[in-house]
Amino acid sequence: MRTAILAALLLLAAGCSVEPWVKPYERAHLADPIMSFSRDPVADSYLNHVHEAREGARGAGVASGGGCGCN
Amino acid sequence: MAATSRWLLLLFLWFASQSALAAILPADRADALYHAYDGGGVQVNGPSILVRKSIGTSVSAYYNYYVDNVTSASVDVLSYASPYTEQRIEQSVGIDYLHGKSTMSLSFTNSNESDYLSDTYGFAISQDLFGDLTTVSLGYSYSDNTVGRNVGNTTQIVGNAKLQAYRVTVSQILTKNSILGFTFDTMSDEGFLNNPYRSVRYRDPASPTGFSYQSEVYPNTRTSNAGALRLRYYLPWRGALSAGYRLFSDTWGIRANTWEVGYVQTWRDRWTFEIGYRLYSQTKADFYSDLFPYQDAQNFLARDKELATFSSRNLGFGVTYEFLKNGWGFIDTGSANLFYDMFNFDYEDFRNIPAGGPVGQEPLYNFDAGVIRAFLSIWY
Repeated sequence: MRTAILAALLLLAAGCSVEPWVKPYERAHLADPIMSFSRDPVADSYLNHVHEAREGARGAGVASGGGCGCN
Repeated sequence: MAATSRWLLLLFLWFASQSALAAILPADRADALYHAYDGGGVQVNGPSILVRKSIGTSVSAYYNYYVDNVTSASVDVLSYASPYTEQRIEQSVGIDYLHGKSTMSLSFTNSNESDYLSDTYGFAISQDLFGDLTTVSLGYSYSDNTVGRNVGNTTQIVGNAKLQAYRVTVSQILTKNSILGFTFDTMSDEGFLNNPYRSVRYRDPASPTGFSYQSEVYPNTRTSNAGALRLRYYLPWRGALSAGYRLFSDTWGIRANTWEVGYVQTWRDRWTFEIGYRLYSQTKADFYSDLFPYQDAQNFLARDKELATFSSRNLGFGVTYEFLKNGWGFIDTGSANLFYDMFNFDYEDFRNIPAGGPVGQEPLYNFDAGVIRAFLSIWY
């Protein structure tokens, strides 16, 4: 287990020195709000709630809801 | 388990020890949303208000007030109960703390309705890695729920349920036009997990209808796993394509697949239009049946349509208009938004009892629903 931890930490630490293949000045498109996975948290959270209240599946949505949502 | 805890602790400490300039806090904004759901004999509507504000340069806090006003005459209610109305109020507070490339978040949510109380505590930590191409988040939340049953004007407490949820999220920049998101949630419930109002039906030759009802009985535990991959791709005419897939399974025997595609298109600087389609399908829970052969046919019994075999389709449209793009007073900009979603649910082993027919041969149930989300947002 200790070896695994060391290996994981070394991998992560080494990763910090990775040369980014998309430079910070090339990220204008990615910073556009239309590229956000959840542009409007309140609206996405509500739709997630609509799904979870009527489906057996739950989790791994773009936003998290809460409460019972029975019926 | 102890070794796993130590590993997680080390990871948290490593995240917390990183410092450099990169990650940013969520923007200061306020949203006022009206939501309305109508389908299957159920109407739910109400407001949701969110206010988020930074405090200094490294802390951001938010408050959300949300209301569901429910009027229900669903197929379950029509089969063996009376239509009802109720209100649920949910309030959330949270705080995000930015330190270098790490963001730590704490949250608390209280949900309150006459027969269901829920308190949820959440913690998450997020870290930018690999030249800020990758963002990894780990989250944990704990919910304590009190389940009641309204009888006349009084509420009887029928049980307690606890939910623990673990989340790992990875956001990965692939190219200067594409980004990939991965989310994995493990959730574990323990306690009173069924709906105290719901019943199952079983064949009963002594009954004039040929069947009778008894209370449903769920297992006291449930563990579920859900993993989702989502991709967004930027198009040169300032549009974006999105696609996603989620796989779900749980210890009750439910397996579900969810597919999503979407397209967003901006127009003339102020307008954004979007369209999305979501396809969902699931298998039934092991202990689900539309009609049990006799009373107490097995240890666990359910006839919730949410646990049946079914598929659903969701087609959504949205339009956003941005105003005050040059600011006004303390407001930097604002937007007015209208979204409409159409749903269709098709059940393969849940029958429409009120429609009538020979026992166990009633028509299969299906219904359509519509969801409106109308909201104003301002950034400041």
